[in-house]
Amino acid sequence: MTRKKRRIYFVMLGLLGLGVGTALVLTAFQDNIVFFFSPTEVATRQLAPEQRIRIGGLIEAGSVVKNGEDISFAVTDMNATLKVQYRGLLPDLFREGQGVIAEGSMGPGGVFVAREVLAKHDENYMPREVADALKKSGRWNEGEGKAGGMPTTDLKPTSTAPASPNTPNP
Amino acid sequence: MHRFANPTQFMRIANAIYPWAAGLSAILFLVGLPVALVTSPPDYQQGETVRIFYIHVSSAWMMMVVYSAMAGGSAAFLIWRHPMANLVAKASAPMGASFAALTLLTGMLWGQPMWGTFWVWDARLTSTLILFFLYLGYLALGDAFEDSERGDKAAAILALVGSVNLPIIHFSVEWWNTLHQPSIIKMTGFTVDGSILLPLFLMLGAFTSYYVAVLVLRLRSELLAAKIRNARMSQVAVNQAAQPAE
Repeated sequence: MTRKKRRIYFVMLGLLGLGVGTALVLTAFQDNIVFFFSPTEVATRQLAPEQRIRIGGLIEAGSVVKNGEDISFAVTDMNATLKVQYRGLLPDLFREGQGVIAEGSMGPGGVFVAREVLAKHDENYMPREVADALKKSGRWNEGEGKAGGMPTTDLKPTSTAPASPNTPNP
Repeated sequence: MHRFANPTQFMRIANAIYPWAAGLSAILFLVGLPVALVTSPPDYQQGETVRIFYIHVSSAWMMMVVYSAMAGGSAAFLIWRHPMANLVAKASAPMGASFAALTLLTGMLWGQPMWGTFWVWDARLTSTLILFFLYLGYLALGDAFEDSERGDKAAAILALVGSVNLPIIHFSVEWWNTLHQPSIIKMTGFTVDGSILLPLFLMLGAFTSYYVAVLVLRLRSELLAAKIRNARMSQVAVNQAAQPAE
């Protein structure tokens, strides 16, 4: 009985220690685990000009300009907006008001030069009729940071961000 | 709990469950597959591609459920030394590995047309790949020892250690920003329209009952294999005893 109890405590303590250790490691590597930065975070961080990062947000409505293979659009998190330049093929789901993730680096004039553009979609699957009905009844909230696949928590700067939220975009 | 430590008792219940699980799985697959893959409506923005979702989410669900069963069985084996619990864990592992592989494969096939890439190293995809490796590691470690009991113990500890990955996989889409979309299950309900949710539930039921049915079959054959091993060992012992001592 005592041996069994000891084994139970051992397993439970082991799992607890492991859980705490993992949580600490994951918190420490927070910056490396996040897949992309929001435009707000890009504005508050001091990024080296050639540093490769991923940025993500919603494609601002009316911002997409296509000129052959050259595309420019603006990515927004409803707080800050970042202009993006890209040359290449776009995924099918690339549409205004949709979530997008771009990999690249900051170019001259505060324009983000993307080397790869990925579409991020949301978890609200529905048939076309339902989508149309929602749009008609005005309950459609795409592009407001809710249905666009960008949970609002993404928009907050992480705790590790430098404490200078009011630095203007260079 | 300790009643089920007895293989005869355990298998009596398992054998009673088997025909129901197998029947349910067959019916749900026969009904669910045509509904999910043919008659359910296409998604408003993903079109027909959304059908991968039914297989992808079901196998991801199974990959998590099977790992939970494996970790639970391993814990019961380490604490109470229940051989049946270990057998359940060992019989589950190859199935869990297959579900994890199916999740990764269908995810890639879905990611390419929708996201524009087969694979990215975001938190959800990476932690899922780690779970697949944990399954493979469990299978390899269990067979890596001369003494099968030591192998079982080492593998059980690995299964328990790996269980910290389960909450990471589940919450990865909330804790960090990822390319992968958040979970369809919210505190307030599901984010999916009913006409897409119904085929998903049919497939989830089909996959889950399939796992239960095949688990019983695998347990049966494992127990038979153990019986044959024991019979051979006692045969060897009898032969050795029969030899005249010199």
